[in-house]
Amino acid sequence: METTDIGLWGVPLAMLGGAIRVSTPFIFVSLGEAITERSGRINLGLEGTLVFGAMSAYAVAVMTGSPWLGLLAAAVAGLCFGLFHGWICKFPKVNDIAIGIALMLFGSGLAFFFGKPFIQPSALDLPAIPFGSWSGIPQVQAALNVNVLFLIGAALAVFLWWAFRNTRIGLIVRVVGDSADAARAMGLNPNTVRLLATGVGGALAGIGGAYLSLYYPGSWTERISSGQGLMAVALVIFARWNPLGCFAAALLFGGAGALGPALQSVGVTQGYYLFYAAPYILTLVIMIATSSPSRTLAGAPGELSITK
Amino acid sequence: MTDTVSSPDVGTILAARGYRPALEWIARRAEAFVIPLAALVAGMVLFSLFILAVGKSPVQLYETMWRGGFGSWFSIQNSLSRGAPLLLAALCVALPARLGLVVIGGEGAIVLGGVAAAAVGVALNGAPSFLVILLMGVGGAAAGGIWIGAVGALRHYRAVNETISSLLMAYIAIALMNHLVEGPLRDPASLNKPSTQPLADIYRVGNIPGMEVHWGLVVGVIACVLSWLLIEKTRWGFAARIAGGNVRAAQVQGLAVGSLIVGFTALAGGFAGLAGMLEVVAVQGSANASLAAGYGYTGILVAFLARHNPLAIIPVAILLGGIDASGGLIQRRMDLPDATVLVLQGMLFIVILFSETFYGRFKPFNPDLWQRNT
Repeated sequence: METTDIGLWGVPLAMLGGAIRVSTPFIFVSLGEAITERSGRINLGLEGTLVFGAMSAYAVAVMTGSPWLGLLAAAVAGLCFGLFHGWICKFPKVNDIAIGIALMLFGSGLAFFFGKPFIQPSALDLPAIPFGSWSGIPQVQAALNVNVLFLIGAALAVFLWWAFRNTRIGLIVRVVGDSADAARAMGLNPNTVRLLATGVGGALAGIGGAYLSLYYPGSWTERISSGQGLMAVALVIFARWNPLGCFAAALLFGGAGALGPALQSVGVTQGYYLFYAAPYILTLVIMIATSSPSRTLAGAPGELSITK
Repeated sequence: MTDTVSSPDVGTILAARGYRPALEWIARRAEAFVIPLAALVAGMVLFSLFILAVGKSPVQLYETMWRGGFGSWFSIQNSLSRGAPLLLAALCVALPARLGLVVIGGEGAIVLGGVAAAAVGVALNGAPSFLVILLMGVGGAAAGGIWIGAVGALRHYRAVNETISSLLMAYIAIALMNHLVEGPLRDPASLNKPSTQPLADIYRVGNIPGMEVHWGLVVGVIACVLSWLLIEKTRWGFAARIAGGNVRAAQVQGLAVGSLIVGFTALAGGFAGLAGMLEVVAVQGSANASLAAGYGYTGILVAFLARHNPLAIIPVAILLGGIDASGGLIQRRMDLPDATVLVLQGMLFIVILFSETFYGRFKPFNPDLWQRNT
């Protein structure tokens, strides 16, 4: 086993490594979306936020030389997008889903507009921790080279799961999401809570974007996101708005996304494009399997337009 | 609405019956023109501020945009060519929207429609051109119709959210196209840009006589007019509007909501598939990755700007086609990125959606508010 040729074992190993690598943006976007949806709104614009976050993180990292400042910039940019969505949706007859679609286009357009000069230079990567250094096999080392953002995302999932159940803020978000009338009776302003929840959700999506451009794939291109932001929305529904479920589902999606490249690495190139579609197909199948026309989804926030 | 009966000045209203319905009609129609136009202007003003902020002249930008989009016969034809697929792509959003569904995956239907049409054209090589072109249209529309019809069916029978599923299906469709174009359907002669075999010239669709615009424009306009007639003048359209307003009420009335949803989404996808077929027979000559040019996504914007009214789609699609067409000129003349038009489109989209909140709020447009002071 000293050789680097490990045959077909490379596929599950590459998928594990890929799952960890590919899933990180899913984790952040889906946790952000979970907070937003728990408050009773849906933000489809996170796809645009992700792209803009990727661009701003990359640009700031190139200009300042610090990937952490890039990360911060992405979070702030995401916060602004989220707050904008939260603000504009408080007006009567303004549809949160449609605004999300508009922000998806607007965020991408703005990112392409400002990102043009940054397509060439290379930014600094966010640090990774080599958990696989005990092993002499390069594939194992590559698979277990875990970025700090993945670990932060995992910790955040646990924290949010705890916070939704055990903290006052968690309760406030859930009440607003389940019944705006009950929230008003408690003296809460649903619009303010949703504004903040959408803002935090946007900031997390921005961080997810920063991971894309600063770690994996690790550069800024206009094709950096291929629907991750949107798949994360579907993933939240699949995870039943539970942060721990979001984390697990993100890993599953990451693994599916890594299937194509993993098979390619061992020489399977037939139907490469079909394997590339695996995460989308998986998302769709899961949505079909978990939706039902006759009952509302368990755990669904009562105010959410998408499940009504 | 309800206080018509209880309001104290009911007599005045009754006395005014003779001319009031006409005034109400005019007021409601005027609202549907004034608010979108005001929103369009507001969006352009916002975009001017953006252009000022990046240190360019908005006056020069709009002048360049006008020149690139509508300033000469050449640029008008260019705008019409770009508007043609948008007509059909926008119908893919507008028709389901009348049923209350937000379908945003028209890109997938366009792509598959194009591939299906190209496959039909290659398979029937040698048959009479009229028949082949017709069957390519049928094939393209069928592929798109099945794709988006499936989204509608999933929505009705499995309660799968149509917005997300349609976009996922668009990604799957693009992957499927890449697979087919690079694999089973690939023309071995296409080296740099994998494509299906080029269609013979007799199977291509040319330009409208006297114009540099292909027949897709005529097809698109006819499709818009037919869609308007379907929605406004037939019982299916009437049923769809009821179901779009309130599904439960429609079901209580005994309307077959499931058939309506599947029918409308399939028709919508069929139009998008037709757009893909036209791209193949009139522009590309074969199916390749250029089919995923983003018409499906611009079509979303067109449909929302037109407030899902098929007749309004015609001018809006041409306007957006013009904005698209001017992108290159803006890039060259003003040293701005080609994404400038995307920023403008995004701003217009947001402002138009925001303007929804003003409907019914302005007294001159809302007859329900009139009686309070008369």
